[in-house]
Amino acid sequence: MATRPRLRGTALLGTLPFFAYVTIFLIIPTLVVVIGAFASNDGGATLENIKALGDAYILDAFGRSILLSAISALVGAVLGAVLAYALVTARSDGILRRTVTAAAGVLAQFGGVTLAFAFLATIGLSGFVTTFFQDHLGVDIYSGGVWLFELPGLTLVYTYFQIPLMVIVFLPALDGIRPQWREATEGLGGTTWQYWTKVAGPLLGPAFLGSALLLFANAFSAYATAAALVSQGNPIVPLQIRSALTSEVVLGQANLGKAMALGMVIVVSVVMGLYTLLQKRTAKWLG
Amino acid sequence: MTGVAVHLKGLRRTFGSVHALDDLDLSIAPGEFIALLGPSGCGKTTALRVLAGLEDADSGQVLVDGQDITPLPANKRDMGMVFQAYSLFPHLSVVDNVRFGLKLRGRVKAASRAGDMLDLVGLGTHADRFPHQLSGGQQQRVALARALAIEPRVLLLDEPLSALDAKVRVQLRDEIRRIQTEVGTTTLFVTHDQEEALAVADRVGVMRAGRLEQLAPPAEIYQAPASAFVAEFVGLSNRLPGTVTGDEIEVLGTRLPLIAPSGSKDATALVRPESVTVEPDPDGPGRVVTSSFLGPISKVTVMVGDVLVVAQVASDRLPTLPAGAPVKVTLQPSPVALA
Amino acid sequence: MAGVIARRARKQRIFRWAVLVVLGVFFLLPLAAMVEFSTRDSRTWPLLADWPELSATYPDLADGILASLLQAALTAVLMLVLLVPTAVWVRLRLPRVRRLVEFLCLLPLTIPAIVLVVGLAPVYAWVNYFLGGSSVTLVFAYTVLVLPYAYRAIDAGLSAIDVKTLAEAARSMGSGWATVMGKVVLPNIRSAVLSAAFLTVALVLGEYTIASLLNRTNLQVAIAFLGKSSATMSVAVSLTALLLAFVLLLLLSLVGERKRKAASPAVSSTVTKESAA
Repeated sequence: MATRPRLRGTALLGTLPFFAYVTIFLIIPTLVVVIGAFASNDGGATLENIKALGDAYILDAFGRSILLSAISALVGAVLGAVLAYALVTARSDGILRRTVTAAAGVLAQFGGVTLAFAFLATIGLSGFVTTFFQDHLGVDIYSGGVWLFELPGLTLVYTYFQIPLMVIVFLPALDGIRPQWREATEGLGGTTWQYWTKVAGPLLGPAFLGSALLLFANAFSAYATAAALVSQGNPIVPLQIRSALTSEVVLGQANLGKAMALGMVIVVSVVMGLYTLLQKRTAKWLG
Repeated sequence: MTGVAVHLKGLRRTFGSVHALDDLDLSIAPGEFIALLGPSGCGKTTALRVLAGLEDADSGQVLVDGQDITPLPANKRDMGMVFQAYSLFPHLSVVDNVRFGLKLRGRVKAASRAGDMLDLVGLGTHADRFPHQLSGGQQQRVALARALAIEPRVLLLDEPLSALDAKVRVQLRDEIRRIQTEVGTTTLFVTHDQEEALAVADRVGVMRAGRLEQLAPPAEIYQAPASAFVAEFVGLSNRLPGTVTGDEIEVLGTRLPLIAPSGSKDATALVRPESVTVEPDPDGPGRVVTSSFLGPISKVTVMVGDVLVVAQVASDRLPTLPAGAPVKVTLQPSPVALA
Repeated sequence: MAGVIARRARKQRIFRWAVLVVLGVFFLLPLAAMVEFSTRDSRTWPLLADWPELSATYPDLADGILASLLQAALTAVLMLVLLVPTAVWVRLRLPRVRRLVEFLCLLPLTIPAIVLVVGLAPVYAWVNYFLGGSSVTLVFAYTVLVLPYAYRAIDAGLSAIDVKTLAEAARSMGSGWATVMGKVVLPNIRSAVLSAAFLTVALVLGEYTIASLLNRTNLQVAIAFLGKSSATMSVAVSLTALLLAFVLLLLLSLVGERKRKAASPAVSSTVTKESAA
């Protein structure tokens, strides 16, 4: 027993490389953001950066980011849940379900530049669908303006990775619903509607909400897709951060970027915290 | 409250090439407790699920109280059902689970009835707990209370004890019988455990390959099995070779009456261990192979010639029958079936 | 006799196929459009298959491809070297530190890549000073980026075996820690290590944010750049990159499946990517 403290010391040495690495490339960058958000250009402490978050154009960017994330999360969650339910009505070891879940795993990762180009090839100005509608149906999908490079377009493109992500995170909850519950409800005289509103609905509610929050955080954090698609203006926060990072001309922008970054971290942390809470509830009911 | 009569008429159901139900007929008297017993895949659960409306029959009828309910969906059949496990709604408290069916029916006095039901199953003090806070046995009691709360026309129990520990199983089994007698609801109980079936039911139906092999009171099933399958499934049996003469068979020097006559001369008789008596005898033809202590009754295996015989003996006699001891084996002359 | 249950099953089947067809069209249309778009110029695909010609015509693209492949390989190696010994060591000797390691590994989930870039900029000023501005240095940032996914995969693999008992058994037979690690633990978590490596490669090949904002090149940066001059070619490369990721992640799910069949409990290497791109 006397040797124990010494052992603990050497044992800790084994984790040194990991902690050193994480400190340099994760902790320090995080601190840079947090401290930078409260630092003035000459290094003193200031609340100016945080106050600047109240500027109309930044508030607008946050508002649009939240709107984009919320709508794409909602659409993705609803359609993804419907698809996941369609999968659980099929045989769990069947080829259909295995194919679709594997595809969802891939498509949930499919974001960024490649996704932007995929949609350019589809509904870009000379895209496959755009020209098809023009040549064969005489319909101009952009008669009301080119919406692909704005919020509606981003929402549509984001849905493409949100639905598969929903399938992946919601499927375990649906699998946790036991057939006995439906049968018990029926035996007790419940209709299909009553089963969904009184049993399956309340049981799946937290899981659905949690999954939707995860989707929200996912869309809120996304940068590459928007960066590749939007060339004019900086409608959402990640693009505002980009301009703060890259424009050297406006002094004080760098630390404003850090303040916005801190704002993003706070939003994502709150959302992920709620997600974790709801996951715990789900695990207790449907685990 | 008195129960209603149930008739299953010519039920057929195939899954692929398997006949889960093969022209099954079963009549249950009002208030009767019937246990369906059989190995897995014999169709007993399918029969119960068809009665509940959770499974379609390919053909045949289900009559309850003389009324044909075959086309009715499960939620119009008024059946209380208890499943193997995990059937309680995890987001509802115990009392809300019990109240669930009553509320669906818009019963005003749901709360007091739910309380009565919980008292009936001995969980009156657990009303506000949640299912995950209960033991497996308690969960099944709540499931029973929930099924009975709606005053079902028929109570269906689908292997409700199989997920429980041996001790709880016996306790709850006796309690199910007590409660059923108290409320008088016609009950169908499905199990693969012969001891369970024999202990609780008014009549036991032994099923095999989608058919009823025998439907009779427990004692009759045990003492006069209608077929070798029933004899073997209901309790462990020795398979002993013998010679048939008329309506008797001679096994190990004892003549035993036959349940059903046989055409062939050489046959294998099914003899229960408790019909076998083993006594120490220096000149006896048998040798004890193993003797195992199992509580008040123990088991002794004896080799007679090249035949292995299992016998039950009172445990206090075990010291006189050590392995290798020479013994004499005699059989009680109760009627036997042939394999 | 069409019973109640049969009718419900039929309704479910119709619903299932309706959903699959509608969403199937939504998901396949962009892929089909990429094929159509990239074949508008018949020279595109032959050029893509001809590496010397490709690197002569689009040197930036060739650079990007090579950079990404190198980054992917090195990130996988660095991730494994950093994570596997630590995860095993913590389980064996420092159970109390495990929560901290897990917290740190999952932390990047709440830090979007765009935020990480902001904080990494000063750190990379030092990296430039010591190691130069090569795009290979992105490996440091990428290792942080893949930490959550790689950690989950490896942790799931370690949970499926009893590391402690295995190690104690090996130690009692006289093996040193190196033997325990290399000959006992590692062979038993091979599929988890493989999953982590595949995930890492897939994520690195798709990374754009950090590379573009730290002014370094990789495949995605090159594609984005190419999009400004040759749309057809950029779509063709995008499609190829996508198919490559498809194959990688499909291999991953196959590895996962074999692992599950190989008797381990429900180890789902569910790929959840919170910060898509």
